[in-house]
Amino acid sequence: MKTDELIEMLGTNLEPVKAGQLRSTLMIALAIGSAAVLCLAFAVFGAPADALRGGHLGLKMLALAFTLGLAAAGASFLARAARPGEPGRMPLILIGLLFLCIVAAAGLELILAPPAARAGMLFGPQWAACLICIPLFAAVPFGALIFALRKGAPTGLMRAGAIAGLVGGALGAAAFAIHRSADPVAFVALWYGGPIVLCAIIGGILGPRLLRW
Amino acid sequence: MDMRSVETELRNLMLAGLDGDAAAHISLLRRLSAYLRGYFKGQLARSGGSPADAEDLVQETLIAIHTRRDTYDRSELFTPWLHAIARYRLIDYLRRGKTAAREVPSEEAEEVLANDDTAAIESRLDLAKLMGRLSPKARQAIEFVKLNGLSVNEAAARSGMSPSAVKVSVHRGLRALSLLVGQRSGS
Repeated sequence: MKTDELIEMLGTNLEPVKAGQLRSTLMIALAIGSAAVLCLAFAVFGAPADALRGGHLGLKMLALAFTLGLAAAGASFLARAARPGEPGRMPLILIGLLFLCIVAAAGLELILAPPAARAGMLFGPQWAACLICIPLFAAVPFGALIFALRKGAPTGLMRAGAIAGLVGGALGAAAFAIHRSADPVAFVALWYGGPIVLCAIIGGILGPRLLRW
Repeated sequence: MDMRSVETELRNLMLAGLDGDAAAHISLLRRLSAYLRGYFKGQLARSGGSPADAEDLVQETLIAIHTRRDTYDRSELFTPWLHAIARYRLIDYLRRGKTAAREVPSEEAEEVLANDDTAAIESRLDLAKLMGRLSPKARQAIEFVKLNGLSVNEAAARSGMSPSAVKVSVHRGLRALSLLVGQRSGS
């Protein structure tokens, strides 16, 4: 085929392109993924009876702030990573800072706690539930985000996949956190943070396969 | 011509093309084909690629630029966007080729505009053959609208699809085509 013929063909009956399509596709995917993972958590655990009650509301809010903060920073990175070129580092720095904060807070909490209580805080009840539920929940928003990213043209596939995994994991953890009674910060850092990192690693491995174009 | 004025010219053509100006879009793709040819020939020379390989890559990249042009952010520079796509297609091409996976050294985005090569040859892409592997709906839509130059409404009337379904079929078909182009040298 001659290159000129190809160009003629591509230019025939050219359709105008609406601005901001890709961004809204990503936002819709994020909204659908979040709603779906909330429904899934609701179906698994039932209504969160003590959702907004109890004396440890602050701790629960902290877990939600950590996970939703990660999801927001990751999502703002995805909006750029869905397009060709180098995405900025700002959201990545933000993600790193959030992890740093939760680990520092967890360390402080452990130091201040009586030594006998420390193991109980780290390996609280149902740590295994976190490890299983968060990655499973994460698959739902992750799938939606991959679908949206495929509409774009990411050029760093591993990076885009990893961030999609992180956002998925963070949303999964947030949905999980709603149904948990308050967890110590150390528990959140280890058993929420850990599975979220795991999701990011799996996303990074899957990225080049799922996002190739 | 200095890089800055080339960037401005290409960007203006791109913006006009995004707004639906077909002449601007065609003239953009023509100019890009020369830059891409120069870029790919230079890059492939190091891995022992032939001019025919370069032409395949030029066409693949033009299809990618066309079908993914909605990923260009109107507020940003054009050259980095172009360079990212060209480089992505080059790396993908090298990875699926016979030569072992090879990294392309990092470079400035302007590298993609460094050489202007208008010596087009025919690529090994066979459009008719590739079209044969599309879904019948997409094939017909592309034939009507992109090859025979029928308007979307005429194509809709002839095929019995709605005008918006025709547009979607053309878009999906071209994207599928660019994937087929990619698979071709992999198998």
